[in-house]
Amino acid sequence: MMGERVIGDVILDLRNISLAFGGVKALTEISFDVREHEIRAIIGPNGAGKSSMLNVISGVYRPQQGEIVFHGEHFARMNSYKAAKAGIARTFQNIALFKGMSVLDNIMTGRTLMMKANLLQQAFWWGPARREELAHRAKVEEIIDFLEIQHIRKTPVGRLPYGLQKRVDLGRALAMEPRILLLDEPMAGMNVEEKQDMSRFILDVNDQMGTTIVLIEHDMGVVMDISDRVVVLDYGKKIGDGSPDAVRANPEVIQAYLGASH
Amino acid sequence: MIYRENGQFKTSYAADQQIFPIVQDRWAMLLLLVVAFVGVPLLSSEYLFRAIFIPFLILSLAAIGVNLLVGYCGQITLGAGAFMAVGAYAAYNFSIRIDGMPLLGALLLGGLSAAAMGIVFGAPSLRVRGLYLAMATLAAQFFWDWAFLRIKWFTNDAPSGSVSISHLQVMGWPIESPVEKYLFCLTLLAVFALAAKNLTRSSIGRQWMAIRDMDVAAEVIGIRPMFAKLSAFAVSSFYVGVAGALWGFVHLSSWEPAAFSVDRSFQLLFMVIIGGMGSIMGSFFGAAFIVVLPIFLNQMLPWLGELVGLSISTAAVSHAEFMIFGALIVFFLIVEPHGIARLWSTGKEKLRLWPFPH
Amino acid sequence: MAFFLETLIGGLMAGMLYSLVAIGFVLIFKASGVFNFAQGAMVLFAALAMARFSEWVPGWTGVSSPLFANSVAFVLAGIMMFVVAWLIERLVLRHLVNQEGATLLMATLGIAYLLEGIGQGIFGNDIYKIDVGMPKEPVFVLQNVFEGGILINKEDFIAALIAALLVGALTLFFQKTATGRALRAVADDHQAAQSIGIPLNRIWVIVWCVAGVTALVAGIIWGSKLGVQFSLATVAMRALPVVILGGLTSVPGAIVGGLIIGVGEKLSEVFLGPYVGGGIEIWFAYMLALVFLMFRPQGLFGEKIIDRV
Repeated sequence: MMGERVIGDVILDLRNISLAFGGVKALTEISFDVREHEIRAIIGPNGAGKSSMLNVISGVYRPQQGEIVFHGEHFARMNSYKAAKAGIARTFQNIALFKGMSVLDNIMTGRTLMMKANLLQQAFWWGPARREELAHRAKVEEIIDFLEIQHIRKTPVGRLPYGLQKRVDLGRALAMEPRILLLDEPMAGMNVEEKQDMSRFILDVNDQMGTTIVLIEHDMGVVMDISDRVVVLDYGKKIGDGSPDAVRANPEVIQAYLGASH
Repeated sequence: MIYRENGQFKTSYAADQQIFPIVQDRWAMLLLLVVAFVGVPLLSSEYLFRAIFIPFLILSLAAIGVNLLVGYCGQITLGAGAFMAVGAYAAYNFSIRIDGMPLLGALLLGGLSAAAMGIVFGAPSLRVRGLYLAMATLAAQFFWDWAFLRIKWFTNDAPSGSVSISHLQVMGWPIESPVEKYLFCLTLLAVFALAAKNLTRSSIGRQWMAIRDMDVAAEVIGIRPMFAKLSAFAVSSFYVGVAGALWGFVHLSSWEPAAFSVDRSFQLLFMVIIGGMGSIMGSFFGAAFIVVLPIFLNQMLPWLGELVGLSISTAAVSHAEFMIFGALIVFFLIVEPHGIARLWSTGKEKLRLWPFPH
Repeated sequence: MAFFLETLIGGLMAGMLYSLVAIGFVLIFKASGVFNFAQGAMVLFAALAMARFSEWVPGWTGVSSPLFANSVAFVLAGIMMFVVAWLIERLVLRHLVNQEGATLLMATLGIAYLLEGIGQGIFGNDIYKIDVGMPKEPVFVLQNVFEGGILINKEDFIAALIAALLVGALTLFFQKTATGRALRAVADDHQAAQSIGIPLNRIWVIVWCVAGVTALVAGIIWGSKLGVQFSLATVAMRALPVVILGGLTSVPGAIVGGLIIGVGEKLSEVFLGPYVGGGIEIWFAYMLALVFLMFRPQGLFGEKIIDRV
């Protein structure tokens, strides 16, 4: 599976996205693109609109203006279902796992779109339903192995420590076999060791599965280390875009981060 | 045989996915089925069948239905009684208006009618939740209470909405005596309970639970809330509807709309809370509890009263019943939201490790 | 026309009574986010206490004046409602902080059963009457405008007046007193209110007390009109669509909602009922609220909830 990592063409193109809540502008005319196989970071101070951006891409929020082009398909109005169908998966900043379900079941939900057996077949554990369940279970076990969480597969996620929950959240997104994976602060609140683990998983996903990754992260060290290109947002506007080095040298970005007067 | 899973290794995912992965549990289940199908019919009196076993079986079926909706999908309902009524009256109409309609056919059609109504009255759940949804389901309750009382067509022009049905039979076998009724209900319940268990461990069940636990996240992984919620309403109402039809046909044989009043709806909800939300087994516990408690109190309280020289009236017993139900609901919601079922599984968990708890 | 007006006024009067119960719902929902299904049981409990105490007081004290008996009974019933409120906070609410709305709602269903059981256990389960000297005879008004005039129940009129007074008093209480301000702060944001030193638990007790008192007033009025009996507990069911329509967090909403439902029920029953077999009042209110809900989920005066992820 290990191949040369080749950055491909533009896979996701965001054009002129504006989003407002009532009178509050969360995003103002933001455009940027993501290329296939790359790791693209979105950074910015608190309240810059980073999470809103991910929510727009994954169809949770509907922008008032703008267009999303994913794999050549144009979406004026994205919704969560369309996004999932198109192959966009995401994780959440404040872990949004299904608390009452086991790790295994949580990750299995990621396969929902691929499961076709009807209600009656499921009710009687009929041939197709049973076969399907087993086939997907096997796939999910691969993900569990990959994330090294075999020992907790039957544990309800509500009982897991924070770091492991983050991993399950990633697992659930991976189970969708997404073309693009959106990670909302995957390392927030982790200690150094957990951060290293998570970085390794992200790089492995990108490398071995060839998944394109968009991530929001506050830890600049991590961002600069693992990302190919970086978008910088501030007050809902884009103030920088380019390679980590270029962004680091951008005076506007420095100003935003050092908190100089506006 | 000690309750242990040591040495029981699973070599395939199929083995691991069984309903009872532990060997001892499978034996226990088998034993329980033997007792239910053979032991009980041989040993019980007519009174036990009429007062306890048959109501228990039918209410268990209804409780499973309510649990699928409330416990698994997280959608509250205060109108389950109305869906029992829809099931009962629809089954009644199918069986008197269509010549030669078999009993099973009428029951299933009753269930399907209830499912259709479930979808209609569940539709508000797409926009509202919590108590707004509770109100929508209450609306269903009051509407159907009224409809079966006032719209004469439903009751074949019977005054006061009272209808009756007799000479039940399935493929030539009469369902007349208490034992026959018991076995008929038990068979249906066994099939439906198994199907419910299967649903909850397959894709659809996971979708319901995902919607219950975190609906935004569920949408993001491609679960359609509309499909998940409405399917939960439909399946749940189907179960409740079949139970309603059984309640009318088999348990009561003649009934009027009051049999399915809002009190019945609350009772079903209480079974689920006390028995255990999100547990099929809990539905049985809850139903057993609610069926047995009043009988128990009726026997026990006057006896206890006599011991201390008090005479306890039937009214007092019914007040005590109210108080105990109320107190238990509050108790379980505060202390153990997963009900008796969780107490049960905690006990089993302890037993598995006993005598070395660490 | 006279008949229509009569129906309309009858509806308004009935609506006022719904509002009384609905206000109890709104108060508690505002302050603690609990939709109190037990409000009906509280009305029953309060009315039972009032009826029985006014019956027992002459025997206990030897004073046979009905005024005295009613006043003492009112005070005693009020005290009982305080105790109930305190116990509910202590034993239930305190342990369910930050639970989901549905869980709280089910808990209040439990409380309702408990209260119904205890209330009937203490006070009995027959039909009792409350006689606080409300005039029963109907009067004709507007005789010079319509032929025959319009028939109005004096009792209804007084009931409406009392309800209006109660609402006025509550408004003053909320706007002018320190406790009222604290209540509004809690209603706005529990945590923020707590962080500036407002004792949440005490506020909840107060709110439940106030709701208990409105239940008592509602119980007295309903009880003197219809007699005190178990079915009084079901007024909660009648008032539910009222709060949904008016908005869960708005006292004016409860009033307007009550009036709309009251009038809607009466008009539909009189003008629509005969065509469909009658008895449609109960579900009509629900359907009205439900249809309304589809278009304006927050109700007439409720605050709009914006979901942010």
